[in-house]
Amino acid sequence: MSQASTEIIRISGHAGTVPGAGLNREFQVCKLVDTTTCIGCKACEVACLEWNGYTFSETTFDNSYQTMPETAWNYWNLIKFNEHERDDGTMMLLMRKDQCMHCEDPGCLAACPADAAIVQYANGIVDFQEANCIGCGYCITGCPFNIPKFSPTAHKVFKCTLCNDRVSQGLEPACIKTCPTGCLHFGTKLEMKELAETRAQQLRTQSGFPDAGVYDPPGVSGTHVIYVLHDAKNPELYGGLPKDPHIPWSVKLWKGPLKWLGDLAMVGGIVGLAWHYMRFGPKKEEQIKPDDGRRP
Amino acid sequence: MSTGAVSHPDAASRNDLVPRYTLAERANHWIGALAYTYCLITGLAFWSPYLFWLALIVGGGPTARFWHPWVGLLFTASLFWTFKEWHRDMQVDDGDRAWAKAMPYYIENEDDKLPPVGRFNFGQKLFFWGIFYSVILLLLSGLVLWETELFSWNLRFLRYAAVLVHASVALITIGLFLIHVYMSAILEEGSFGSMIHGYVTRAWAWTFHRKWYDEIVARSRANR
Repeated sequence: MSQASTEIIRISGHAGTVPGAGLNREFQVCKLVDTTTCIGCKACEVACLEWNGYTFSETTFDNSYQTMPETAWNYWNLIKFNEHERDDGTMMLLMRKDQCMHCEDPGCLAACPADAAIVQYANGIVDFQEANCIGCGYCITGCPFNIPKFSPTAHKVFKCTLCNDRVSQGLEPACIKTCPTGCLHFGTKLEMKELAETRAQQLRTQSGFPDAGVYDPPGVSGTHVIYVLHDAKNPELYGGLPKDPHIPWSVKLWKGPLKWLGDLAMVGGIVGLAWHYMRFGPKKEEQIKPDDGRRP
Repeated sequence: MSTGAVSHPDAASRNDLVPRYTLAERANHWIGALAYTYCLITGLAFWSPYLFWLALIVGGGPTARFWHPWVGLLFTASLFWTFKEWHRDMQVDDGDRAWAKAMPYYIENEDDKLPPVGRFNFGQKLFFWGIFYSVILLLLSGLVLWETELFSWNLRFLRYAAVLVHASVALITIGLFLIHVYMSAILEEGSFGSMIHGYVTRAWAWTFHRKWYDEIVARSRANR
């Protein structure tokens, strides 16, 4: 690491402590979406389109403010609008910016069979390398958040990159850059987690949301996009955010035990047949001895 | 193994040939065999990263992904035609049950201790029905995998089931395929050629498919 050569561990002939020793650099990035301050302006949707070079295309009207029913292969950032009636009869408009969650334990990557079509960077970003994608769609099966989408023209799968191209140049993602209310934040995972917890605490104690909390699901070992929710006990209210997301067990079974069992069975089968041939040899016609009483 | 005395009753005619597979049956068999082999190669490429190079020898990952389902349909068509032609010959009867009990003799090449069998023995019938039902499952799960977004998010359990079913059943067919290739191309002399030119010797028919042989003899006598 180039950064490591600027960190000093020991200094010769130096009295006192080593400046900067024990400094801990946090390389894990995180996007924080505070749903409680989102106004649903969709600036992030536009910024995402602009930065990633997509144009707006025809969509479906669903009697809602929502731009389309779910994210698309060329529309990676979508605010989900949900009307929610609270216990006291008042109405809330829940707005959640939906995009790739950049799981620490990504189901898309686990399911993908193509060499280097999906990579996970040390900073937590999970990125698709479309040049290596074969378009099988297994990532769609592996994802617990319904994020990867198949392009019928490219025959490849696309999703949010967390603006890896921007982040690698020291910039924040386009959606963060454009957010006018400051409901979107970007920084290290530790900082964002802290900020989110502070905000959740504020909501619980000062704003009358006793169930406010942070969404950083442990089922996928945490995500690099986290939410502050008014009601962290019911994330499904926010456009179907799963309560306990994890890689589907059938995908785990398929990529784990079944793979080992299958490999073993195939190799074992070939070895077994070779053994059979060496032990019993070929089957030849004319094996019936005379006078065995079975001749026709 | 009889090496000395020629044991066959019609020593003179022991190399006479009898037809076993029609031209259509053979052509269909090899169309199916090629289609299966293609699906096997590309399927193994998708199965394991250590076998992904198999996709490269047949044109690369995206090409393999594109053709695998179509060639799978071709195999299905070939198999359904086989079913139409052979399902009567493939019915399991009491003779097969007796043969199944004596199967260890077959495995140990002591074929003289086996009850006589018709056109296909119990092992071949098992193979046929194994492949037949496997292909129905592969077809159904394959359709789900083919168009990944055909089913909405609410029906995603179909995708979860399909990845497991497709891989598991494919493994079963690989087992059947290995045994089939081994027995017909390596183990049982005369079998492979019969699927090329369509004929077996009388001795072969008499040795391995006695009841079928008797039917042929009876038919040829009746025609005489």
